Amino acid sequence: MTEREIGKARRRSEDARLITGRTQWTDNIQLPGLCHVAFLRSPYAHARVTRVDVENARSHPGVIAVFGGRDLADEQGSLPCAWPVTEDILIPDHPPMAVEEVRYVGEPVACVVARDRYAAIDALEDIDVDYEPLPAVVDMEQALAEGADAVHADLGTNQCYRMVVEAGDVDAAFRDAPVTIERRYVQQRLIPTAMEPRAVVCQPVGDEFTMWSATQVPHILRLMLSAVTGIGEHRLRVIAPDVGGGFGSKLQVYGEEVLLLLLARRLGRPVKWTESRSEGNMTVHHGRDQIQRLTMAAEADGRLRGFKVDILSDMGAYLMLLTPGIATLGAPMFNGIYKMDAYSFTCTGVFTTKVPTDAYRGAGRPEATFGVERMMDELAAELGLDPIELRRRNWIRHDEFPFETITGMTYDSGNYEAATDKALAMFEYDKLRAEQADRRERRDTVQLGLGTSTFTEMCGLAPSRALAQVRSAAGGWEHATVRVLGTGKIEVVTGTSPHGQGHATAWAQIASDALGVAFEDVKVLHGDTLIAPRGWDTYGSRSLTIGGIAVHNACQKVVDKARKVAAHLLEAAEADLDYAGGSFSVKGVGGDGASMTLAEVAGATLAAHDFPEGVEPSLDSDATFDPENFSFPHGTHLCAVEVDTETGFVKIRSYVAVDDIGSVVNPMIVDGQVHGGLAQGIAQALYEEAVYDADGNLTTTTMADYLVPSAADLPTFTTDRTETPATSNPLGVKGVGEAGTIASTPAVVNAVVDALRQYGVNDVPMPCSPERVWRALRDAFGEDPEGGGGPRPGAGGGLGSVQGGEDR
Amino acid sequence: MIPPSFDYIRPTTVDQAVSALAEAGEDAKVLAGGQSLMPLLRLRLAYPEALIDLDRVDGLREIRPENGHLFIGAMATHHEVMRHPLIAEHAPLIAKATATVADPAVRHRGTFGGSLAHADPAGDLPAVALALDAVFLARSAARGEREIPAAEFFVDWMTSALEPDELLVGVRVPKLGPGWGVHYEKFHRTAQAWAIVGVACAVRRERGAIEDARVALTNMGPAPVRASEVERFIEGRSVSENSFRAASERATEGVAPPGDLHGSAEYRAHLARVLTARALTAAAAV
Repeated sequence: MTEREIGKARRRSEDARLITGRTQWTDNIQLPGLCHVAFLRSPYAHARVTRVDVENARSHPGVIAVFGGRDLADEQGSLPCAWPVTEDILIPDHPPMAVEEVRYVGEPVACVVARDRYAAIDALEDIDVDYEPLPAVVDMEQALAEGADAVHADLGTNQCYRMVVEAGDVDAAFRDAPVTIERRYVQQRLIPTAMEPRAVVCQPVGDEFTMWSATQVPHILRLMLSAVTGIGEHRLRVIAPDVGGGFGSKLQVYGEEVLLLLLARRLGRPVKWTESRSEGNMTVHHGRDQIQRLTMAAEADGRLRGFKVDILSDMGAYLMLLTPGIATLGAPMFNGIYKMDAYSFTCTGVFTTKVPTDAYRGAGRPEATFGVERMMDELAAELGLDPIELRRRNWIRHDEFPFETITGMTYDSGNYEAATDKALAMFEYDKLRAEQADRRERRDTVQLGLGTSTFTEMCGLAPSRALAQVRSAAGGWEHATVRVLGTGKIEVVTGTSPHGQGHATAWAQIASDALGVAFEDVKVLHGDTLIAPRGWDTYGSRSLTIGGIAVHNACQKVVDKARKVAAHLLEAAEADLDYAGGSFSVKGVGGDGASMTLAEVAGATLAAHDFPEGVEPSLDSDATFDPENFSFPHGTHLCAVEVDTETGFVKIRSYVAVDDIGSVVNPMIVDGQVHGGLAQGIAQALYEEAVYDADGNLTTTTMADYLVPSAADLPTFTTDRTETPATSNPLGVKGVGEAGTIASTPAVVNAVVDALRQYGVNDVPMPCSPERVWRALRDAFGEDPEGGGGPRPGAGGGLGSVQGGEDR
Repeated sequence: MIPPSFDYIRPTTVDQAVSALAEAGEDAKVLAGGQSLMPLLRLRLAYPEALIDLDRVDGLREIRPENGHLFIGAMATHHEVMRHPLIAEHAPLIAKATATVADPAVRHRGTFGGSLAHADPAGDLPAVALALDAVFLARSAARGEREIPAAEFFVDWMTSALEPDELLVGVRVPKLGPGWGVHYEKFHRTAQAWAIVGVACAVRRERGAIEDARVALTNMGPAPVRASEVERFIEGRSVSENSFRAASERATEGVAPPGDLHGSAEYRAHLARVLTARALTAAAAV
């Protein structure tokens, strides 16, 4: 064991099983007597429920029980919100099943429990519900207007909260500023679309319960199920078996999870529910959905004076686990990597009759990064500066770290110059700018645009004290236990809960290095509160920077314990022992009897026949790591797009991502995280949007309407890294789970706008669909881009869309 | 979701299939690959009482020459069609358009006839069949076989001229000789998505001019649309960018395109013009 595991692009040990179908998804779980649950959901965005008649459904063949909201009202409690961001936030009651009123399309109003899924779903059609429709509230700005229809009549307002953060003298920064720009951007609603839909199985065992759920957060789920139902936490076991992606959507305590527990208790039988894709699109919490009003003031040379951020954040109809907090994660992030004199952040949470929003990959940081990175390109255009040059004039220089930002965060490390220089070289920036000029000159139908995003983000959620400061109820530490078996094999128990990230591989690499044992000798256990009782689970790019460090620290403790035993058995002083390659040896002494492997120490510990005085015969060790700071990955992403000015179609020509995530445990896993992250960020820029109509109906319930791009729609990504180690943890690692998503959306939109700016376009709303690009061009030309005056795109080079023809 | 319950009938011959169809009556649906029907069932947008699955009717898969034409059996899969040497040689427009249908998994299950009988105006093959003046062969137990020209086959949104007891057994398409150039110009937002607009085009060039042109549009109305004005305009004119542009201006005459999430009616009309010019240009390059 001399080769270091950390840094090795090892294939993931999970994958052979996962890709050959030897998996245990929640929906695969079969139990004797298992019953199946189906939910009847509201077809109205807002209505009073006046009658739920379940009699006919009860007599449907195969049906065991049918319940309406009233049947469960006494025991179902209210779903938890763990992040009351302000003291005076309004938190409405949120019953898992609607009792008197429904407030979004898809809200459960009744459920059927049947012997099989077919009977359960068929019987839904026999339930009769009377609704008195109430006005839908779909537009945030209208929802805040005087006399607007209320989502929650008892609250008297649709404003959930308002948070203001200010730093520096904002008025002074804007007073007499040589340049001020103002923009309004919309972060459209997104549907997380994890590959595995949600699924829950709950089994009663006496007065205790085991729940399997497709969740990212088995520990949080157990805690919250206990809080909502009053069942003791020690009587609940939650298992997250194989989980097929989450992207934040499974960082939740869903009504269906609570209801399955109640049904199992009431019926005394195991129950299962698996959502369909269209059911999930309507009811899984959504992401983003912000209106941003941004104002930036600068000197004539581009140096930033001030940045004012005023956002509306759509809560949807209720507050779920972290709903109000997501947008506020932007508060310390809208300043990005830049220095400025003053900053203000105002965030207003707004209730609407839509499914609640909550964490979606990046959660608040993509929105903030989009805002600042789009504004930097706009400011560069306003000043006639190259967007890279403008950034150079404003970013924190590498020799200024650690740096306290205008928002009070301490960025521990970074090197924006190095990442940017590397990216520019790989991208061939100058060559592409020359081609862009040439295409403009030729009035080519296809125009080239270049977009930049020099992003940072805060992740590794989080120092527990920092969570307290922002009024989150959660803790931020992570726990690990390392068990040394009698044969020297290692079990690593982690409180993180992987659902695609590859912890079983990466944690084994960390343990392998820290203990000096073979990678194959380490097994990682997770995702079951009985096996891994302590933890705060997986989200916010926290697993490596907190959970991975806990594993590392626990391994150090194992070595310390083993050293005592080895010293005793080798009859040497602890200080005279070297530990390397999984073996203790007495310094300066060779030959037999002068060294001992960890496996030998483990064997001696198991038998404990010859043990040092006062030492417990166990090498097992725990570590709980609570970080002192967030981690701040950064990077420079450059995107080149070709825009067909006749059709509006945007094609990504090349994409370069240079990320700095500090030290790298497994470069292949990192590449996978970056690629997937880019796909999701690009998807927001170009493809995806959850669309509600004026009546509050979701019109994108199927994958035909909600466009998730596939590999066929995406370019080959060119990725590389600079490595500036984090100083906040012993491995120097930073999070990487969300970086690609956070960085890429503004890079793509900046590129689209860059291609069109020559025609007077300075924004295209997301997603930049072909029609929207076409309309932006048309609006810039006035009524008719085909025949109108002005600099016609594609004139001379186009194939269509011109009037008449001389050559008849 | 889970489909509502239905009877399932799996014939092995065409005769059995048409008898089953006659017996099952109006509430039966023919399952011919299932790539469109199964989603409708699972979303509970369709409640047929019986499904007649043609998967085991091997006699419907054949692709063969027939009296100077090509005959394509209704149950030939998209994959078989796009890879078949006879189609590549004599009906390359079908091969090109079929290659744009959905994704490989769908193309291995979905069928040529199933896609046509489904008569989805967003499907790629109806416009192709219309442009090629294909002839549809329908058979019923009561009345035997009849021929339906493409111009009469597509009646309305998801509605064909097939009677409830009629089965589409195959399609006859003319062989295009040398001198013909073809192109299918499909515009969609993602690779697997339906066409927002598509243009199926075949032109015959002779001495620098277009002698014959067939142009049909996908998703520009409740049924595929033959762009007759484009054809009329371009026939006899020189092969040139200008004449194609001028012709393409006539692509939207008399059409009423739909508007949806992926494109408004106005945008579709614009696209139809742009794409028609591109399709003509590509096809005329022969």
